[in-house]
Amino acid sequence: MTDRKTFDRQSVRADFPILQTEVRGKPLTYLDNAATGQKPNAVIEALNDYYAAENSNIHRGVHYLSEMATDAYEATRAKLAGFLHLPDPDEIIFTRGATESINLIAHGFTETILQPGDEVLITHMEHHANIVPWQIACQRTGAELKIVPVDDRGVLDMEAYSRLLNERTKLVSVVHCSNSLGTINPVKEIIAQAHAIDVPVLIDGAQSVPHAPVDVAELGCDFFVFSGHKIFGPTGIGVLWGRREWLERFPPYQSGGDMIERVDFDGTTYKAIPGKFEAGTPHIAGVIGLSAAIDYLDNLDRDGALAHEQALLETATEKLSAIEGLRILGTAPHKAAVLSFLIDGIHPHDIGTFLDADGVAIRAGHHCTQPLLKRYGVPATARASFAFYNDFADVDRLAEAVLRMQRFFG
Amino acid sequence: MSGDPLQQLYQDILLDHNKRPRHYGLLVQHSHHAEGYNPLCGDRMELTLQLEGDRITDAGFEAAACAICQASASIMTESLPGKSLAEVAQLEARMQSLLEDKETTDPEADGDLAALAGVSQFPARIKCATLPWHTFKRALKQETGGDHDLGAAQTE
Ligand SMILES: Cc1ncc(COP(=O)(O)O)c(C=O)c1O
Repeated sequence: MTDRKTFDRQSVRADFPILQTEVRGKPLTYLDNAATGQKPNAVIEALNDYYAAENSNIHRGVHYLSEMATDAYEATRAKLAGFLHLPDPDEIIFTRGATESINLIAHGFTETILQPGDEVLITHMEHHANIVPWQIACQRTGAELKIVPVDDRGVLDMEAYSRLLNERTKLVSVVHCSNSLGTINPVKEIIAQAHAIDVPVLIDGAQSVPHAPVDVAELGCDFFVFSGHKIFGPTGIGVLWGRREWLERFPPYQSGGDMIERVDFDGTTYKAIPGKFEAGTPHIAGVIGLSAAIDYLDNLDRDGALAHEQALLETATEKLSAIEGLRILGTAPHKAAVLSFLIDGIHPHDIGTFLDADGVAIRAGHHCTQPLLKRYGVPATARASFAFYNDFADVDRLAEAVLRMQRFFG
Repeated sequence: MSGDPLQQLYQDILLDHNKRPRHYGLLVQHSHHAEGYNPLCGDRMELTLQLEGDRITDAGFEAAACAICQASASIMTESLPGKSLAEVAQLEARMQSLLEDKETTDPEADGDLAALAGVSQFPARIKCATLPWHTFKRALKQETGGDHDLGAAQTE
């Protein structure tokens, strides 16, 4: 891989084969990055090479290929620790994605922590993946789910947060960056307040890691989760980081092969972390693909990439705001490159279909944040979300397609 | 009509039904009622029917939905009054086959229903067009004052 000193938009685009394709006879304008990121050649080749030349199961064979696969798998754990600025690779668990990571933690809290009268504190802007597992955990334990409200711009009400945080709170679980609004939350302040009364904090990094490097040690949270596919890696692989004392306290989430130390019909002892939480044959190819994605990001000038994304956001915000009848939902001062919008008289679902015919891929719907959209009194929005490989031509095509659509619908 | 699939999808008749939906508003006096919801996109609608024997005498709906769903609901509620349930079943079967592109439209016989044929080229949107009909079938099973705990009709 070439060493990139400064961010180069053109060469970055060339790394992603799908960006060279056409859909419906138009060049692909991919603006659905919050749903999933596209894959660079390096990731596609890593998956291919693994299956073509290295395929083997891990942690069980003494043969050459199995050792190679095991090494690659465990090396990725170490690489992830570096990527997140964490000291201990054993605190990193491979999961299917952010969703499974949160479910694993919620299971741990259900089994070992939550009691009737306890509280779990989340926010109004969570993805369903950070709502439903806690609802279920609360139903099972008699704990109560508390919600930090958001204001009209999509900014968390930090005064309400301070009020809601109390000695009954057993966990604060907050999205780092909102997938629907783009809001970047003040997680350091959230963590500091929680830690002041010894409450642990889970940060859902599904939408933050794709946009900017995250120093989890500096954040100081207790759990951090994200999905491989949103950081330009394969689907089906995700990451959970948790402090050792929590992970050791939690019982296994799934059980079976690979997670045991010794099995006897009289009883079974489990592996230490991380093995305890990785039952069965894991998604080895996914881990190897994720490793390639991290290498790719590490070789990127990420400050330059972020500055480019912010410039895209600014330009897109300007261009779309100038369109009559278009309203942007989510106007927080600190935002990632995510733009939710509504257009008078045209339902988001129709916007999605119309833009798609112009080769512009956006998402229309509730974005798995129904309580948030209900707060704003809308059932759905259209959402354009950017990655570093988008360019200003993508913004132009989005704005032009919206104008053409408005003329069409009259 | 041009061959552009978008033009076929959003035909003037459909856009007109979307902008000026017929039979919009719930019937105060009704024998049947149901709600419909598409969890995928959030389309939501409510339907009321007045039946006398096996004949529909009136229909009214309200929706927070996309153009396809709203137009389909408008076209449906416009065509229901005066029809027997057997006639409505035929109408629904006809609409299904147009949506599945199994039959071609007959502008004379189909009337405004023909405007929905363009949806067949957009598989992701077929559920938008069928939501009103799912809701209709649910309403028939739910006489007003009966058990409303069945939840909303879903296209999933
Ligand atoms: C903020 C946020 N959290 C969690 C998730 C769940 O991620 P996954 O579906 O990859 O498990 C998503 C994905 O849409 C997300 O945007």
